[in-house]
Amino acid sequence: MRSAILRLARAAAVVRRIIGVPDYDTYLAHMRERHPDVVPLTRDRFMAIQMQARFEKPGARCC
Amino acid sequence: MSKVVSAVVWSLVAVTGAGAIAWLAISRGETISAAWLLTAAVCSYVVAYRFYSKLIAAKVFALDANRATPAERLNDGRDYVPTNRWIVFGHHFAAIAGPGPLVGPTLAAQFGYLPSAIWIIVGVVLGGAVQDFVILASSIRRNGKTLGQMAKEEIGPVGGFTALVAVLGIMVVLIAVLALVVVNALRASPWGTVTIGLTIPIAILMGIYLRWIRPGRVLEASAIGLALLVVALYAGRAVADNASLAPMFTLGGVTLAIAVMVYGFAASVLPVWLLLAPRDYLSAFVKIGVVVALALGILIVLPPLNMPALTQFTDGTGPVFAGKVFPFAFITVACGAVSGFHSLIASGTTPKLIERETDARMVGYGAMLVESLVAIMALIAACVLTPGVYFAINAPASAIGTTAASAAAAVQQWGFTLNPSEMTLLAQQVGEKTLLSRTGGAPSLAVGMAHLFSRALGGGGATALWYHFAIMFEALFILTTLDAGTRVGRFMLQDLFKHIWAPLGRVSWYPAVLITSAVFVAMWGHFLYQGVIDPLGGINSLWPLFGISNQLLAAVALCVGTTVIIKMGRARYAFVTLLPLAWLVIVTMSAGWDKILSPDPKLGFIAHASLLRAATAAGTLPAGVKTTGDALRMAFNDYLDAAVAAFFMISVVVILADSLREWTAVLRGRKPVASTEAPFEARVAVAGD
Repeated sequence: MRSAILRLARAAAVVRRIIGVPDYDTYLAHMRERHPDVVPLTRDRFMAIQMQARFEKPGARCC
Repeated sequence: MSKVVSAVVWSLVAVTGAGAIAWLAISRGETISAAWLLTAAVCSYVVAYRFYSKLIAAKVFALDANRATPAERLNDGRDYVPTNRWIVFGHHFAAIAGPGPLVGPTLAAQFGYLPSAIWIIVGVVLGGAVQDFVILASSIRRNGKTLGQMAKEEIGPVGGFTALVAVLGIMVVLIAVLALVVVNALRASPWGTVTIGLTIPIAILMGIYLRWIRPGRVLEASAIGLALLVVALYAGRAVADNASLAPMFTLGGVTLAIAVMVYGFAASVLPVWLLLAPRDYLSAFVKIGVVVALALGILIVLPPLNMPALTQFTDGTGPVFAGKVFPFAFITVACGAVSGFHSLIASGTTPKLIERETDARMVGYGAMLVESLVAIMALIAACVLTPGVYFAINAPASAIGTTAASAAAAVQQWGFTLNPSEMTLLAQQVGEKTLLSRTGGAPSLAVGMAHLFSRALGGGGATALWYHFAIMFEALFILTTLDAGTRVGRFMLQDLFKHIWAPLGRVSWYPAVLITSAVFVAMWGHFLYQGVIDPLGGINSLWPLFGISNQLLAAVALCVGTTVIIKMGRARYAFVTLLPLAWLVIVTMSAGWDKILSPDPKLGFIAHASLLRAATAAGTLPAGVKTTGDALRMAFNDYLDAAVAAFFMISVVVILADSLREWTAVLRGRKPVASTEAPFEARVAVAGD
């Protein structure tokens, strides 16, 4: 049961990354590992910044 | 697998593919199965991927799985994140796939299936996929630099600046023509208008859900959004069936055009989380779902291609758009074979995610092959229709009149058969008042898809739902490109205008945001409006402009690619990019020349303007033009279109000349062969390798 849920969660994470949802968990893991002295952005702040940046340069979406 | 077995298998694949292509080319007079087209395409892709992309990976770039990529070296947990190659592939494909490969082949089917089929297959293998791959690999080696930065650094400031301005021009034409496709699909269609209209509040609802109700639960919100899309589909039908509501949502072209402009403006100024991001997620799901559904539909039905291999319109007299098969088939197919726009994505998000250098082959070359397969499927869906029906839907009223009888007469004159009752019946089946002259490609593709889906799943009664489902997803794609594009265009303008007055560049100052958004919407809105009121249907003049601009961007990308290859000291392999570059320059130049200077008023902008001016001077008006004022406005727009085409052509010449100067300098030894790559760093093995 637990492994099924885990597998589902991993599949969901894959789908999220394919459709381009900013990945907060990866960011948090990265900050904890590489920059433990820095306070990471909150989830809201991180999502807002990443989403903004996505639609600022050509190449967000194609024809 | 032993070498012998491998050689036998690959020879078989190659022979099968070559046989299918030969069969496509020599079949005349009888309909052939779509299976031939699919076989020809898939075998060609597989062989090209195995051999040609390997040559580029090994000989040109010497991609090295042990060389650290920017995702590893610059890992910041945000933009630079080493990512599994299948995820990058999916992400990259979702980003490059759009309405272009669906609409282009549908329009180009007026020449018959053969020219488009050959160009989609050959163009992608030797051109489109090469461009995407080379730019992706170049960007990976340069810490994920964008095409614009690489153009500036590799070629020079002149080439770089021209590329920048050209991208802005391309965005304007691209958004205008895509908006026109949507307007033409929704014109006088209450069902379509209501369904598409509802996708906007659905997205906003998702945005609110993600912001306040269940923050970050994107998949939940998307599931709700997708369910609501189905509700919207039925709501549209209910409105269309309701005698008092239907007229309220039966809108004309101009009203729809204004609505689309308001939407584009809103998307540019509203917060991203409210509208753009949720729509983007929804669109990505629908996109992948529809590609899979279309593939299944075609595989199950394996329909016959009712369109002949070649029609008489290869001589340039076609009603869908003017111009001979050369160069216009190559301009019209556009994104399914070569798409310059992809170079912006291959040098945008994707290079920052690649975990191993060698993944670039699958992501860059491979994803473009899949995109090309989508174009082949769109071509099949268009050729499922009989030529009579295809031309009745895609030819403007000026060519076929406004009644089923006049359309049937015109189509019969072209040598195809069409019964007037056939069009009336078909319109009834798909739940529309009329299907005559629904130019732009979307309606005829939707009819083809509805035909495939209802045959695959049985039950002809569902045709109307399938038709509007197809229209909904096409419009969803297009509006996602339009809203994101308008916002991006606004940022580009702010970047440009800040040199005139600094505060205009401030992205968080509302007056600047509103002004630049309005200016950008007005830029594409002008072309859209002109297309909507054009009696020739608008697509006739705008789609070739879009095709030329998109292929121009591809030429820029291939110039950058060639420069990179020469500066790496691999000049003997520069043919990889020089071959498609030479072809694209020939095609864009001759198409641009025809569009500007052809003496045929149906084809040449200036000849058409002269015709209008001569007619008004003589006191007569050409068919479909109501007032002298309209005629003079149309003449002005012809000159404007000619100027835009000229601008694109001059841009090609400038960038090509600048590149040639750089290439000869390096090859003659005046400049050292020095690559601008980031220096080699070994990859650190990670757990899970």
